[in-house]
Amino acid sequence: MRLIAAMSGGVDSAVAAARAVEAGHEVIGVHLALSSNPQKYRSGARGCCTVEDSHDARRAADVVGIPFYIWDMAEEFHEGVVENFLSEYAAGRTPNPCLRCNEKIKFAAVLDRARAMGFDGVVTGHYATTKDGPMGKTLHRAIDNSKDQSYVLSVLTVEQIQGAIFPLGDTEKVDIRKEAAARGLSVANKPDSHDICFVPSGDNAGWLHDRLGSEVGPIVDQEGTIIGKHKGAYTYTIGQRKGLGLTVPTPDGSPRFVLKTQPKTNTVVVGAREDLAITKMYGENPVWCGPAVTSTPTQGFVQIRAHGQPLPCTYFYDGEKLIAHLESELLGLATGQAMVIYDDDRVVGSATVCETQA
Amino acid sequence: MAIYLDHAATTPMVDAAIAAMTAQMAQLGNPSSLHAPGRASRKAIEQARESLALHIGCVPSEIIFTASGTEANNTALKGLYWKGKSVGRNVIVISAIEHHAILDPAQWLAEHEGAEIVSIGVTSNGVLDFSQLEQLLKDRADEIAVISVMHSNNETGALQPITEIVALASAHSIPVHSDAVQSFKKVPLSFSTLGLTALSLSAHKIGGPLGIGILVLKRGLEIPALLHGGGQEREIRSGTLNAPAIVGCAAAADGDYPGEHVREMRNLLAQGIVHVIPDAYINGASETLPGIVNATFPGTESDTLLLLLDAQGIAASTGSACSAGVQRPSHVLLAMGHSDKSARSSLRFSLGSTTSTSDVTSVLNALPGVIERARAANLR
Repeated sequence: MRLIAAMSGGVDSAVAAARAVEAGHEVIGVHLALSSNPQKYRSGARGCCTVEDSHDARRAADVVGIPFYIWDMAEEFHEGVVENFLSEYAAGRTPNPCLRCNEKIKFAAVLDRARAMGFDGVVTGHYATTKDGPMGKTLHRAIDNSKDQSYVLSVLTVEQIQGAIFPLGDTEKVDIRKEAAARGLSVANKPDSHDICFVPSGDNAGWLHDRLGSEVGPIVDQEGTIIGKHKGAYTYTIGQRKGLGLTVPTPDGSPRFVLKTQPKTNTVVVGAREDLAITKMYGENPVWCGPAVTSTPTQGFVQIRAHGQPLPCTYFYDGEKLIAHLESELLGLATGQAMVIYDDDRVVGSATVCETQA
Repeated sequence: MAIYLDHAATTPMVDAAIAAMTAQMAQLGNPSSLHAPGRASRKAIEQARESLALHIGCVPSEIIFTASGTEANNTALKGLYWKGKSVGRNVIVISAIEHHAILDPAQWLAEHEGAEIVSIGVTSNGVLDFSQLEQLLKDRADEIAVISVMHSNNETGALQPITEIVALASAHSIPVHSDAVQSFKKVPLSFSTLGLTALSLSAHKIGGPLGIGILVLKRGLEIPALLHGGGQEREIRSGTLNAPAIVGCAAAADGDYPGEHVREMRNLLAQGIVHVIPDAYINGASETLPGIVNATFPGTESDTLLLLLDAQGIAASTGSACSAGVQRPSHVLLAMGHSDKSARSSLRFSLGSTTSTSDVTSVLNALPGVIERARAANLR
C-alpha cells in the first residue's frame, strides 16, 4: 500500500513508520505543523508541535529512509481542536482534545488529503490494533494495557478505520524504545509527550483564564447557600475536591466535591462525595467503530477516561442518545468526556457525555 | 531519472570548478602568511579575484570575499546604513520583493539600530514601481542612508530597473546596493556600467561551490565591518580566506552560461504549462532571467504539488518556509497583488544549463495528473 506516516517527532511514530516500511509499504513521512507560531506553544521535550519536534521527525524519516514533508494543519487544528476545547469549557463541559485531534485532524484532514493524493491510508504510532473479521476491519485495544490508546481513537468511523494503520499495538512500550534504539533512531529515549500540547505551561486553568476571563462567581451548596467564591466556573471539573478554597466546614467535617458547574450563572455547586454517585450516563453525537449499536440492551463495558478502568454496563442506543447503565455506582463524571463502549477488547463506539443520573 | 528544476536554489557544480577546488585543497598555506606556501595560496586567490573582476566589471580591489550571498547582503546593508546614520540619514529604502537576506537585516536595523524602512511596491508584473521611488526621493532624499533593490527577483526572475534607480539616486548622492545573486552570469551585469555602490553575488548559483559569496564594494569606500579579526578584505571582512572555494568560484565564472538554450527551455515549459493546464498562469515580467518560470495553479496548494512532483522525481520549489518548515505564501507574489490563496497555489520551476527538452516534456506529461490530484486534496 501507499501510506502517509504521521510523524510527531516522538519515538512511537518513528518506529511505526519504520515498521510500515519493513512490511513492504511505500511510505511517506509527514509532520503536522499544528501551530502557526510554534514558539507560542509548548517548548522542550514534552511538546508535540515545536520546531525541535519537526526536526526530530525529519531525522527519524532520514533514518527510516523515507521522503519527509511538513503539512500545515495549524488552521484546521485551531478551528477543530483549540476552539472546540475553549467552547466546551465555556459551556461547562470537560473536553478531551486528543480525541478531537484524532477525529478532525489525523484521521479526517490528513486521511482525506492522503486519499485524494492517491494514498491508501495513514500510519500512526498509536497503541491500538485492528482486526479483520466477519464485522470487517475493527478497532481493538493494544496489548500494552498501560499504553492503550483505543479510547482516543474511538471517534473513528468504520470508513476511517479502513484507512488507519497502527503498527505498534502488538508491542509493549518498553520494547518499542529498545527497537527504536536498535534501529538507530535518536528519539529512542525522548520523553513521552504529556498533557495538552497547545497549553505551553501545562497550566490548563491559567490558560483558560487568559482566554475566557476570570469573572468571580459563587460556590454554593445543594441548598443554594453561598459558601465561597471562584474565578470562573469553567475551570472546575465534576468530582474535583482540591482548589475550592472553602472556609465554611461541613457539619460533619467531611470534604466537599464539585457536583456541577452552571456556566450561564457562573456558579459552582458542591456537595458530599456520595452525591457524585451516578449509575446512568447519556451520550450525544455517537460514532460507531463497527456495526451500529441498536436499541437492544447489550452487556459490555464503558470507559470514561483515556486510561480509566472499563466499567461493566448494559448499553443501547435509543435513536438519539447512547445510554449506558452501570452495574456499580461511579463517583463523578463530567459532561463533555467521551464514553467509550467496549465489547471485550473491541471498540464498539463512543459518544460525548451530555447527562448523568444517579 | 530525477528532473531537477530548482537551479535558482542551487545548481550543479561545473567540472572545472570541482577540479580547481580539489587541486587548491591540496595546496598548503594560509593566504595571509608571508612564507612561500602562504604566498602560493595568496597568489591563487588574487588570480581568482582578477579573473572574477573581469566577469563582474569591477576592479579587483572592489571584490570582498564572504562566506555567502547572505553575508554579502548583510555586510553591505548594515555597513551602508551605519555610514549613513553617522551623518544623520536613517532611512533604508528596499523593494517589497527583496530576498530575506535583505528583508531580515533591514528589519533588524529597524528594531535595533533606529532605522526606518521604506518598502517600494511592485507592479503586477513584479517590477519595482519606479514612480513611488521618484516621489520618495523628491520628498525625503536627504534622509536616505541606502537604497537596496535586487537585480532580478529569485522567485519570478523579473529584472529590476537598476540603471534608472542608480541615475535617480546619484543625483542625491545616495548609495545603491543590489543583490544580483540570481543575475550573475545569467544576464549582462557590470558593476561599473551600472554605477552601483555595492553588489552581492554567490558562487553556488553559477556552478561554483557552496560557502563563498562576493561583496563588490566601490573602491575607496569604507564601511563598518561585521566581522573583526585579522583585517583581511579591506578590514571589512576579517577571516582566513577560503582559497579552494574562491578558485572554484572563479573557475565557475569562467564558464559559459548557455542563456539561449535555457531561455528556449523556459519558454517551452511556460507555454506548455498554460497549454496542459488551461487555467494556470505565469507570474512575472516580460523581461526576466532566462531560467525561471513561476506559475499559479488555481485550486491547488503548493506543498501538495511539491510532494506529488517529488514522488515522480521532479524537483521544483515554492516560496520560503518558516523555521518549522511550514510553507508560507510568497511575499513576492503577495506584493504583486496575489491573494494569500493564489500565492499558496504557486510553484517556481528554475531551469539551468543541464535542463533538456526531455526534462520539460516529462514535467508537462506529469502535470495534468499531479494538478488533478492536488485539486482533489485541497480540502480547504
